Amino acid sequence: MSFEQGVYYALGAVGLFVFLSVMVLALTWIERKGLARIQMRMGPMRVGFHGTLQPIADAMKLVVKEDILPSWADRRIYWLAPLAVFIPALMLWATIPLARDAVLANLELGLFYIVAFSVLSVMGLVMAGWGSANKYAILGGLRAAGQLVSYEIPFIMALLGVAMLVQSLNLIEIVDHQARWAHILIQPLGLFIFLTAGLAELGRTPFDIHHAESEVVGGPFVEYSGAHWAVFFLAEYINTFTIAALTVLLFLGGWQWPGMPFDGFLNSALSVVWFLVKIYVVIALIIWIRGTYPRLRIDQLMAFGWKLLVPLSFVNIVITGVVLFYGWPLWTLTLMSLILLAGTFYLIATYRGTAMERMTVSVHPARIARPEPAVALQQEAGTSTDG
Amino acid sequence: MAQPQKPQRRREPEIPVAPVALDKKGDALLALLPEVFEAFDVEFGAAVDEVVVTAKPQDVPAICRLAKEDPRLDLTYLRCLSVVDYEERLEVSYHLFSLDKRHKMVLKASVPPDEPFVPSIVSIWRGADWFEREGHDLFGVVFQGHPNLAPLLLYEGFEGFPGRRSFPFHEYNEY
Amino acid sequence: MQVQRQPTQQADTIDLMVNMGPQHPSTHGVFRVVLWIDGERIVRAEPHIGYLHRGSEKLCEGELYSQVITLFDRLDYVSNLNCELAFCLAVEKLMALEIPDRASYIRVILCELNRIASHMLFYGVYGLDTGAMTPILYGFRERERIQALFETVTGARMMHNYIRVGGLRHDLPEDFVPKMAELMDHLKRGVEECDDLLSNNEMFIARTKGIGPISGEDAIEFGVTGPALRAAGVLEDVRISEPYSIYDRFEFGIPVGTYGDCWDRYYVRIEEMRQSMSIIEQAMEQMEPGPTVSALRRITRPPKGETYMRTESPRGDFGVFLVSDGSDKPYRVKVRAPSFANLQALQHLFRNAYVADAVVILGSIDIILGEVDR
Repeated sequence: MSFEQGVYYALGAVGLFVFLSVMVLALTWIERKGLARIQMRMGPMRVGFHGTLQPIADAMKLVVKEDILPSWADRRIYWLAPLAVFIPALMLWATIPLARDAVLANLELGLFYIVAFSVLSVMGLVMAGWGSANKYAILGGLRAAGQLVSYEIPFIMALLGVAMLVQSLNLIEIVDHQARWAHILIQPLGLFIFLTAGLAELGRTPFDIHHAESEVVGGPFVEYSGAHWAVFFLAEYINTFTIAALTVLLFLGGWQWPGMPFDGFLNSALSVVWFLVKIYVVIALIIWIRGTYPRLRIDQLMAFGWKLLVPLSFVNIVITGVVLFYGWPLWTLTLMSLILLAGTFYLIATYRGTAMERMTVSVHPARIARPEPAVALQQEAGTSTDG
Repeated sequence: MAQPQKPQRRREPEIPVAPVALDKKGDALLALLPEVFEAFDVEFGAAVDEVVVTAKPQDVPAICRLAKEDPRLDLTYLRCLSVVDYEERLEVSYHLFSLDKRHKMVLKASVPPDEPFVPSIVSIWRGADWFEREGHDLFGVVFQGHPNLAPLLLYEGFEGFPGRRSFPFHEYNEY
Repeated sequence: MQVQRQPTQQADTIDLMVNMGPQHPSTHGVFRVVLWIDGERIVRAEPHIGYLHRGSEKLCEGELYSQVITLFDRLDYVSNLNCELAFCLAVEKLMALEIPDRASYIRVILCELNRIASHMLFYGVYGLDTGAMTPILYGFRERERIQALFETVTGARMMHNYIRVGGLRHDLPEDFVPKMAELMDHLKRGVEECDDLLSNNEMFIARTKGIGPISGEDAIEFGVTGPALRAAGVLEDVRISEPYSIYDRFEFGIPVGTYGDCWDRYYVRIEEMRQSMSIIEQAMEQMEPGPTVSALRRITRPPKGETYMRTESPRGDFGVFLVSDGSDKPYRVKVRAPSFANLQALQHLFRNAYVADAVVILGSIDIILGEVDR
């Protein structure tokens, strides 16, 4: 690697880190405000104009907080776990393009790289659970491991569906392929699977049981405080941003802006802005889901993943393959996808465990027993209160 | 908060007693009970609107089971199980109710405070479990046959029975 | 954690003991359940109560009857007026006292409003237990409206000390009728909105249907009452089996479930809110101006005797066993708290449940530790 390349990569890494930090800060603010508005509240209002400086205040507070180490905890694993979750989250961004020429390293095996690195954070969660020496943490960590590993399969299969369509794993080529038709129009089923599996990968409602407050009180993160917890927090938000970015790249056309009149630098800058707008639309959807839905229990979550999403993702690949092999026009794929998607929703709505088969509560008019007028017995009948 | 005891003003030397006011169902039940419980040595009476059956402590489980299973009585629901301290005796009250027939009865048994043994009725109503534990905890009544008479409301190592009138409650200082 | 060096065939598995300790976001108060779990299934559950024991029953023995009412406020601190009503009705039964009609109507209206407020709290907290973080704010919005009305009537949002032996503390304020009409409007829409948000949600149904069922016979045997008993299919409500106050003048419905699972217990409470609103409307129509307190001595001195008074609190059968020796202080007050009895069935409800269901089942019984521990 020459000196210029080295400088380029170093500056790019720093720039990426700064960009991600700013995005994460903005994301925390948006999440708090969004959830608040769904819940008829205002959200942060005091720190800065409408709370815009709140994330900075939060960051400062977390850094200054005391770092508590439980006495029985395994020190090395306890300290390493946040890093094991944070570093893969950052590494993913090495290959995610923000515009055609705004990417750190556009790898030919971009999607493969992303999939490989996203699995590493599972280990970090298990380390966090174990290293905390707390039964709730262990429970949460193991639940997290099971959940994350299970949902990797539909996640990867949905990615594979797109890769088959584009015949490449290169992210920029995937976006270029959507110049006419975004992949959401061709593979709506793929988008559903990717978004659902992505939510489960993130550990967000409705799949956040492993760190649910009302149950395992934070799960693997229960014993972390201060800067270490901040690192976990940061990693989760970077992952959210990543999943949203991937959704946009793979299915919503990335930075494609058909008919953009500009060229050169302005083209790139506006492409980045448009890309970010799309990402934030997806994030708004994720926040909306968080504010509305209850969470699934761990066994229901696993059943949903293995019994519904995995077969569905395989079917997605099969129909994509069939359409590509026989050279059918792409709208046949759209049609089959939509039919399968409608079928899935129908199944969910009528499945015995989640459906309201019949109303089990009925209202009966009260049969009033009118009280008889009190008749005072003679005192000789005796009261036995004196025993 | 506790009030210092004021000397009673001598207005009426006699304390009025609440008049008994049984309704039709109470009358019918009072007429029926001697027949149902003829095997037991019990006394019948009434208190305001309740039919009261006073029995010996050893007979309590048998009477309760009969009350629950006899189709004429059908007293399937145990409303409450309470202990009252009357200085020279502890009185355990079992308040029963019939959900279908909608009549009610109170079964009482008195035990001396130094030997407060009453057979437990947990085998008849599982819902008597914690009521008996509380009676034991606060009053010292020992319910024989109860599977687990551990303290329920008071902390481990609490000495004394705070429910009893003799317990120095209002003068009690923990420090 | 020690690693047992044993060949796998002889390895002894022990159940993991997890402490849902007194400090836990979902135990609805200071309450401790020790769970023995095998993987994800609960093998045994041991509830420990007494963290909030204040000796209320004993305190009552040293206070005048009008002072005891403040103690009863703090038993079921979410539905205070219902507890006050139970005590006052017990004393009035002992004294064979006639309560003026208007006082009874106001009592019923306020107690039913308190029932709605209590169920709204249950709704909000239950949504939070299952993971939905929005219902609690919707529920509390309705509860705030009711509490604002309470403040104009009784002077306090929660510990009202308003229902007295012989009637009420004072009459309603001048602007009560229009405020009540407005409140009814809001509540109707609020209850429908709350119902819409959670009841038919697939994930909520998956979390609550078939979880923690109890049969009618078991419920009666455990002494479970209130919405939990009605959800199990038993048509039993103290307001109809032993009508007290003026409940026999109203036409209302009793919601009854089928399986006695968590969803039934939840939905019975939603329906009860609607029925309460119907009772309030009927009471507002029937109420006429008049005195609100019967002529009484300043210090209540009931005759010697004892009574047992049952009322239907939002949690179930709230009973007061009052023993009077003729003086101005009660001789013995025993409070039969519905949550105390309902909690005995916890081990039975947990019998085939997962750890994640523990919170959902506990939430569906709707306990208030103030009345469990007294």
